[in-house]
Amino acid sequence: MDFFDRFAVPHPSFLIYASMVGIGLTMLAIVVGITYFKKWGYLWREWITTVDHKRIGIMYLLTALLMLFRGGVDGIMMRYQLSMPENTFLDSQHYNEVFTTHGIVMILFMAMPFIIFFFNFLVPLQIGARDVAFPRLNALSFWLFFMGMGLFNLSFIIGGSPDAGWTSYFPLAGNEFSTSVGTNYYMIAIQIAGIGTLMTGINFITTILKMRAPGMTLMKMPMFTWSAFIANVIIVFAFPVLTVLLAMGTMDRLFGTNFFTTDNGGMDMLWANLFWVWGHPEVYILILPAFGLYSEIIPTFARRNLYGYKSMVASMVVISVLSFVVWAHHFFTMGQGPFANSIFSITTMAIAIPTGVKIFNWLFTLWKGKIEFTTPMLYSVLFIPLFTLGGVTGVMLAMSAADYQYHNTMFLVAHFHNVIIPGVVYAMLAGMTFYWPKIFGFMLNERLGKWTAWLLTIGFVLAFIPMYITGLDGQARRMYTYSESTGFSLLNMVSFGGAAIMAIAFVLLVYNIYYSIRYSPRDIGNDPWDARSLEWSTHTPIPEYNFAITPQVASTQAFWDSKKNGHELFKGEIEKIHMPNNSGLPFIMSCMFFVFGFAMVFSIWPVVIVSLIGILACLVYRSFEQDHGRYISVEEIKETETRLRGAKK
Amino acid sequence: MDFNKKYTPQTWPDHPEQVTLEGKNKFLGFWLFLGGETVLFASLFATYLALKNKGPSGMEFSTNTLFELPLVFIMTMILLTSSLTSVYAMYHMKNHNFRGMQTWLAITVLLGLAFLGLEIYEFNHYVHLGFHYGQSAFSSAFFTLVGTHGLHVVIGLGWIILLMLRNAKRGFSLYNAPKYYTASLYWHFIDVVWVFIFTVVYLMGVVG
Repeated sequence: MDFFDRFAVPHPSFLIYASMVGIGLTMLAIVVGITYFKKWGYLWREWITTVDHKRIGIMYLLTALLMLFRGGVDGIMMRYQLSMPENTFLDSQHYNEVFTTHGIVMILFMAMPFIIFFFNFLVPLQIGARDVAFPRLNALSFWLFFMGMGLFNLSFIIGGSPDAGWTSYFPLAGNEFSTSVGTNYYMIAIQIAGIGTLMTGINFITTILKMRAPGMTLMKMPMFTWSAFIANVIIVFAFPVLTVLLAMGTMDRLFGTNFFTTDNGGMDMLWANLFWVWGHPEVYILILPAFGLYSEIIPTFARRNLYGYKSMVASMVVISVLSFVVWAHHFFTMGQGPFANSIFSITTMAIAIPTGVKIFNWLFTLWKGKIEFTTPMLYSVLFIPLFTLGGVTGVMLAMSAADYQYHNTMFLVAHFHNVIIPGVVYAMLAGMTFYWPKIFGFMLNERLGKWTAWLLTIGFVLAFIPMYITGLDGQARRMYTYSESTGFSLLNMVSFGGAAIMAIAFVLLVYNIYYSIRYSPRDIGNDPWDARSLEWSTHTPIPEYNFAITPQVASTQAFWDSKKNGHELFKGEIEKIHMPNNSGLPFIMSCMFFVFGFAMVFSIWPVVIVSLIGILACLVYRSFEQDHGRYISVEEIKETETRLRGAKK
Repeated sequence: MDFNKKYTPQTWPDHPEQVTLEGKNKFLGFWLFLGGETVLFASLFATYLALKNKGPSGMEFSTNTLFELPLVFIMTMILLTSSLTSVYAMYHMKNHNFRGMQTWLAITVLLGLAFLGLEIYEFNHYVHLGFHYGQSAFSSAFFTLVGTHGLHVVIGLGWIILLMLRNAKRGFSLYNAPKYYTASLYWHFIDVVWVFIFTVVYLMGVVG
């Protein structure tokens, strides 16, 4: 039985056992359901083996929403634990596990797939392409990400959760202080997902540089595509650092090396530095596409061209460069001295300048616009003041001398939630609502949508603004409880109330999806919002080849020009279209990665070797395979086009 | 685009690796991948420089006592030569001389194997001296940096051998030309990284 002992959860609780049962039953229900409705073949043919960027995008979206709820439950458990002094809902160990997984799940398994969903779904449509540059690599990216996500989420029911914080600083994350396999999960699951993300980066830069429609010069690209381009450049130059970092962390934990140890010459600060050399650009990978989405939504509903296109592009380029030279501001108090701190202070504050340019550009776009307050627009308008508040507190934190007061307090927690929630999460929800009709052929209910937006905002303000105050008063982050005499209890109770309202808002979002599936009208046409860029010019539902004829572009608002100014988008005859074939290989290979990762976590070496050989065999198979894709004939395209046009009448 | 079309030296395009859209994408995508690899090695170099000569107090191993330049010099020459032979292979690809290309690639592989053999000998030697992977921060950083390069050599060799085997009977096509081209780019990249390792780890370790 010794062999199986290692899989037990080292510090169990009723909640964990309940989750085990819950997860087990859900999995069983899914398997039985699929078998009962005989959907295995459909699932394999249409989804698991697909290389279509739209379908891969939808799978990213589903994963992101799932993880939003998982991370959300973690969040609400923490808020409940802190709502009263000396609360015993979670003990210290469980609190550590919960804040660790909350951070990782929200950043890497919720926000990242959400933006990659937008890359996948939008970029090829916005540039008038048929698919991404490497469709099969795209499928592999998704499945590696998915398996990394799955492996990470197994941790709390098999072997124990990671508990060293989402930053997993050494020596805390070393074998001496993190004795369960939890931190192994952290190192290996994120590694697998990270490799997938790196490939996404390469794929989308190539797509954007090589596959744009004729006439679309770089400076005529839609703003979201620009933001995706810059975010992917950051991915390619930041994620290899994470790869190295996690590999070295794995070596320290599994093979007794001395990178981050405190004896034998190791250097624990090396981890902190490398982590943030990746980690800071990572947050810009999240926020830039969010800015891109706002730049699509605001002009659409202000009925004006985006103000300051060139300065928008320039400011994103400046942000991307600065993002690589500010990492030390995450640990001003950890001893690099006043000179280095001053430099990193200044570079950090400099980021406020290009970001300010963007804020003013959005405001000037709104100025004198005929503003229409749809749900996506509501999110965008709420974003501007709330994000500015988060930005201002960011500048406060950037002052290295003052940071000694804020460091590791709830003030910091308030700050980064204040930029990430109105910045990234609002953009994701706004974008999802905005593009929902293009993806699924019906709109989400506007009334419920606006309720969600307002509830989320009220909840957000109540949950996070009090933390600024308790933080300044000295409440430390990552502390599982506090005593009555600190006086933190009232504001923490308010925070919990806010978190509960946010939870209601997310439940309302789910209800909205259910309600709209049942009751929303389906005859909404191709362009329900009267929008501006190419993705709205094709049919809904989008045919697999996206555009029957490649569009001709002459401005930044090609579709708008074709509607209002008589620009002819689709010229010429329909020709046969070359498309990639589906392939099961990415999925199979990713499954082997999953087995490899699991075996690594528990150091089961024979399985590690076998799965590694399996991964290599997949590579060799791919190398020997001859797959030139297929053609869709002209007749088939014409038939599809007639059918889709007819469906609209 | 007919991928299996047969070409003669007269009809074979000047840049066969960049004729098809697939080839163009692969060409750019691979350069981007190498950009990412550069960052990967930069991180490893940074780690090495931070941990160089660091270990338990009184450690007998340092760059001055450990490294022997003659062996490393021979390894460097072998790898540089293999880069040259892969250039010859690409030269023959552009001239549509399939046998010439395969021959030069075979020579490249042999040189790569020789390099790898010497590297294994070198590592083995260090381990026998007691300078093993977990001995100190210095040893961890050294073996990780140089070993990652070694792993790249293994992957590069495997890749080139697979390409040679797969296409041995098929000859050139616009489908496999980009594959050969990117494999040779990869091989050059490995060589460039080694030049930095030779300089930063060995030369600056012994002389600096």
